[in-house]
Amino acid sequence: MMGFGPVKPEINEPVFHAEWERRVLGLTLAMDACGLWNIDILRHTRECFPADVYWSVPYYDLRIEAHIKAMIARGLITEAEILAGRMQAPPKPVKAVLTPEKVGPVLAKGSAYIRATEAKPLFKIGDRVKARNLHPEGHIRLPGYLRGKTGEVVRYHKAHVFPDKNAHGKGENPQHLYAVRFKARDVFGANNDDELQADLFEPYLEAA
Amino acid sequence: MPHDAHDHDGHSELSPIALRVKALESLLVEKGYVDPAALDVLIDTYETKIGPRNGAKVVAKAWTDPAYAKWLKEDATQAIESLGFTGRQGEHMVALFNTPEIHNMVVCTLCSCYPWPVLGLPPVWYKSPPYRSRAVIDPRGVLAEFGVTLPEKTKVSVWDSTAEVRYLVIPMRPANTENLSEEELAGLVNRDSMIGTRLAGRVA
Amino acid sequence: MNGAHDLGGMMGFGPIAAAPSEPVFHEKWEGRMAALVMTVPGDWSIDEDRQACESMHPAKYLKTSYYEHWLHGLETLLKKYTPDSSGRMRPEDIWPALTAYRSYARDVPNPAAFAMGQKVRVKIMNPMTHTRSPRYVRGHVGEVVKIHGAHVFPDSNALCRGENPQWLYTVCFTAKELWNRATDDTVMLDLWEPYLEPV
Repeated sequence: MMGFGPVKPEINEPVFHAEWERRVLGLTLAMDACGLWNIDILRHTRECFPADVYWSVPYYDLRIEAHIKAMIARGLITEAEILAGRMQAPPKPVKAVLTPEKVGPVLAKGSAYIRATEAKPLFKIGDRVKARNLHPEGHIRLPGYLRGKTGEVVRYHKAHVFPDKNAHGKGENPQHLYAVRFKARDVFGANNDDELQADLFEPYLEAA
Repeated sequence: MPHDAHDHDGHSELSPIALRVKALESLLVEKGYVDPAALDVLIDTYETKIGPRNGAKVVAKAWTDPAYAKWLKEDATQAIESLGFTGRQGEHMVALFNTPEIHNMVVCTLCSCYPWPVLGLPPVWYKSPPYRSRAVIDPRGVLAEFGVTLPEKTKVSVWDSTAEVRYLVIPMRPANTENLSEEELAGLVNRDSMIGTRLAGRVA
Repeated sequence: MNGAHDLGGMMGFGPIAAAPSEPVFHEKWEGRMAALVMTVPGDWSIDEDRQACESMHPAKYLKTSYYEHWLHGLETLLKKYTPDSSGRMRPEDIWPALTAYRSYARDVPNPAAFAMGQKVRVKIMNPMTHTRSPRYVRGHVGEVVKIHGAHVFPDSNALCRGENPQWLYTVCFTAKELWNRATDDTVMLDLWEPYLEPV
């Protein structure tokens, strides 16, 4: 994409630019701990905002709006309650509530995405692979600019949670994940030897 | 346009964009570049003289006059000009005939190119991102939103107007219209059927 | 340029709000805007005008309406050009101007490089400047179904580098090729020879 203007790095950029941004980070991480959604569901929720909203709304606005959508969809809160700023319906049960003493361990633990799978990897390092020309209506982590392009497997990451299923609550469906190297010449028609790598799941790839 | 864009100071009911266009017009008039009376004529031309009734005449003639239909297929620019429709944004015309086998539909994904001499200025939906983004990847889904479901065996062919060639869809003539005059037939040709997003017939 | 105007295949914009009939202009300013663009006596081409409209920030482009794009385009052009007031249009000039036949076809000495029925691939190119080769067809293979003759080439005309006429073809792509969809549907585009390469 073009037309977004220059990148504007800030010198000594603060972690947060406004008090409400700090609350957004706290609220979103705390609500994530309730265990009612996963990272892929949230990404897909953010991506479903129309492009003009997605492109013009700052990072933390988009984060909180996606969380609000996810909470409303699961009946945790209603739009009317947000407008009123207080509870109008009883709370729904959640799997866990983040308490101060749990914050450190939860952040330190993170969440691993590697999973065991019976299936043997189809590709090995050095294989030529072509990114499939996929255009699903649902969530996908294969960028548009790589579809139909051919590259080389340069790394094997083992099997990971597959976002395309996980984002729609269809289970983790682990798939082999590879780092694939593409030439800028092939991807963008560049006149140099620059290259770029992307982590791509096996279902995105076919032998070239 | 947004209703919340009104000026709240009570001096004016103009939205910011309306005010800006007004200021620009005043400036260009003051500098002698444009004549406001000429603007009035131009607006009236596209509001009352150049519009989809022109295209409907072309379609009705193609339905009733096989020689004209043939001419339209071979040289749409000349055939359409013979009815007096020519000029801006209709310099190179191609007519696309819909049949039971093939359904043609027109879009401009890059801006909003449209055959002005026969259809006038494009409607808002034609110029908006939902149509421009989806017409090429999901034409049947788009047609469904217009209430059109085509048989599976009918092939959809979408024309993306990337150059200065402009496309006019000649929809299929509705059944049981043998006794209608050319003028009555023209009344059945709705605008969207000439873009390819509806079938010919009266729109409810 | 790969701007927000290049919308083919994007998702997420929601349903098409199609009214069976609607006014030509929804607000008075839209008519004034359209009329200004068509009457200001400026020495610019349609391609330069399109390029000016496309130069909006992508989010702004998508949030604003068609005639706001026109306003942005005209304001951009007026920063560069001074209109010629001797070319001011009078009311009686409007109809002849709107209905005048103006061709974009040009004679060129070289023959067309591609023939009817020939398979061609759209070059993978990402110019920072104006082009009429949409992203969604780049790298894809189609078939030449019509040869229009040579037409003014927007990629050069928009940059004021002359009309540089090039052969123009209608190229037919299958939905299978473009979108991996299992249908016989097709998409047709008018593409200039410099966008294409033999397969």
